[in-house]
Amino acid sequence: MSLTVEETKARNKELIEEVLKAYPEKTAKRRAKHLNTHEEGKSDCNVKSNIKSVPGVMTIRGCAYAGSKGVVWGPIKDMIHISHGPVGCGQYSWAARRNYYIGTTGIDTFVTMQFTSDFQEKDIVFGGDKKLEKIMDEIQVLFPLNKGITVQSECPIGLIGDDIEAVSKKKTKEYNGHTIVPVRCEGFRGVSQSLGHHIANDAVRDWVFDKMDPDKNKFESTPYDVAIIGDYNIGGDAWSSRILLEEMGLRVIAQWSGDGSIAELENTPKAKLNVLHCYRSMNYISRHMEEKYGVPWVEYNFFGPSKIAASLREIASHFDDKIKEGAERVIAKYKALTDAVIAKYRPRLEGKTVMLFVGGLRPRHVIGAYEDLGMNVVGTGYEFGHNDDYQRTTHYVKDGTLIYDDVTGFEFEKFVEKIQPDLVGSGIKEKYVFQKMGVPFRQMHSWDYSGPYHGYDGFGIFARDMDMAINSPVWSLSKAPWKKAA
Amino acid sequence: MAKLRQIAFYGKGGIGKSTTSQNTLASLAEMGQKILIVGCDPKADSTRLILHAKAQDTILSLAADAGSVEDLELEDVMKVGYRDIRCVESGGPEPGVGCAGRGVITSINFLEEEGAYDGMDYVSYDVLGDVVCGGFAMPIRENKAQEIYIVMSGEMMAMYAANNISKGVLKYANSGGVRLGGLVCNERQTDKEYELAEALAGMLGTKLIHFIPRDNIVQHAELRRMTVLEYAPESKQAEEYRTLARKIHANEGNGTIPTPITMDQLEDLLMAHGIMEAIDESQVGKTAAELAA
Repeated sequence: MSLTVEETKARNKELIEEVLKAYPEKTAKRRAKHLNTHEEGKSDCNVKSNIKSVPGVMTIRGCAYAGSKGVVWGPIKDMIHISHGPVGCGQYSWAARRNYYIGTTGIDTFVTMQFTSDFQEKDIVFGGDKKLEKIMDEIQVLFPLNKGITVQSECPIGLIGDDIEAVSKKKTKEYNGHTIVPVRCEGFRGVSQSLGHHIANDAVRDWVFDKMDPDKNKFESTPYDVAIIGDYNIGGDAWSSRILLEEMGLRVIAQWSGDGSIAELENTPKAKLNVLHCYRSMNYISRHMEEKYGVPWVEYNFFGPSKIAASLREIASHFDDKIKEGAERVIAKYKALTDAVIAKYRPRLEGKTVMLFVGGLRPRHVIGAYEDLGMNVVGTGYEFGHNDDYQRTTHYVKDGTLIYDDVTGFEFEKFVEKIQPDLVGSGIKEKYVFQKMGVPFRQMHSWDYSGPYHGYDGFGIFARDMDMAINSPVWSLSKAPWKKAA
Repeated sequence: MAKLRQIAFYGKGGIGKSTTSQNTLASLAEMGQKILIVGCDPKADSTRLILHAKAQDTILSLAADAGSVEDLELEDVMKVGYRDIRCVESGGPEPGVGCAGRGVITSINFLEEEGAYDGMDYVSYDVLGDVVCGGFAMPIRENKAQEIYIVMSGEMMAMYAANNISKGVLKYANSGGVRLGGLVCNERQTDKEYELAEALAGMLGTKLIHFIPRDNIVQHAELRRMTVLEYAPESKQAEEYRTLARKIHANEGNGTIPTPITMDQLEDLLMAHGIMEAIDESQVGKTAAELAA
């Protein structure tokens, strides 16, 4: 039943036309620009991206607050992040992203706690600045070991014009230079969480880097210092990445931001190289550190042995022979482990097809790991990727892959229904839709309470989880009660 | 019991809305009408002449002290002044912080829920300056004021504001049934003021309900924190306000859906009355010095 590339392209074209037919003319015209088939040799995936979602569709996107509080700032473990505004934004995103960290929660680390200013009507009418000051005072009393505070703005803050910058400056002064970062990540800004990442990056630049006192920082760097940028330590991803860098002879001086700390952020300008995993959410600060502090950066991919080996060599190429040898040593060391994983799972997964829809990195980054297991990604797309992500995607996807940017609930269901992949990898909102369709599913944001998936250790877990989803006996046992047994 | 009439006074800041409305409402009270004034201006000076006192406790300041608006009782916020006119002030944040518009919404919802309108003949909303946001449009919206009276003068910006307010009325006219009751011209002694006001009213599809001549006695009364009706009930000016009050009282159901005009039409109007010369495009944006050169 496998189609040739040309047949696949024709099928995709037909499929796209079919979903567009369901829309009003104007919507169809707009959505048509986001759906395409990748053509070998093209510089991007032939889709428009980072454009406002069409009203009325079910978009999978989040908001700027989600991008700042949920992604970039939230995992910084020794700071307290205030969800500033009404209670819901903080409450419903509470500890939802599985950013593992080491520390004593409530004493010196605070990631899984929820701090909110819980705006009431009077705070909207009279402004919330005084309340914010009071919260900061209370934080200083109740959590004296906090190393800093961020103010994550919810929508009303931008509407009523609260001056959170003035409050932050005042309290920083009052608490002897304590780091306090106001972040203007109001949810209505931008078209997706992507702008929130950018705003959060800019806040690091303006309120951490630019406020640092160079004389105070006694951190001593070595020639082998690197910082992990854009790894949020989902299920321990950054830890299984970090050990590989350390084993090849590098010193990891910071994790941005999974299991990260404010001191690590402050030390990062002294790194010799920034290694960037999630390009989409942290390329901004990486570029800034290159321009201002002369720290070069390199993208890497720690999903699956092929990409890990290539990435280790790429990172090592920025260092001397000692590190280059180290990289080879690490690759060799884990070869037996990965070979065993592949030997066990590849026969069970060979030829299986996957459709992905994730955020801003994994729609391309995990493709190599699937291919290491003999699987094929036949469709992929980003919630909030930009054109530079689609350019990078061309190095991963095969000719004829279906591409869907900011896919709508309807389109995704239709595509999966027609293509019938062996696995769908997306988020919690999509999971049950597809499982009810009888299609195996894995969450590719949270790793479905599993992980890590990064690094050699992560690959074994990734392979096991995919096998568990696809080859579970449950799929052959499920029968619709209204259908008579044949 | 007569049906409750809800009216609102809008107009450019400083035009004399509060003075006009309080004097007119005092006249209505004199006619035996039971009146509630709802001040919707953060400055909280819409009921000063009736109560002989500025800044009474406002709904929002009391709510802030008590924790929330749900903690308040109607008696806490309602004051009774001249001729038993009931007065409440919405209040709001100090200039430059928070959201005064949301404050107006909060206050009006509170008053309705607490039954502040029960037994009244008139509820009058006094709203600040211009309809700057949805909050200040609250009295115009569904099931609130039925008639809007715009206080204006012959000054261009006052007319401009009157036109903008008409746009706000038009926006809610079909969904909620609000109507423009008419223009009230508060004389500033500008050129051809009466004619201009009449003409503007015509263009907006409404009428100039009354032209209030300028009289210093209004200022004398204000200095004593009184309406003219109370300070000098026999004066000619008091009679003007009584006339306006009678007209408004007789105007029930006669409001119209306004027909706002464009800026160009407004300029044409001024030119037609010789207030403004035809615009010489070559002079636009030139300073006096440049023109003299």
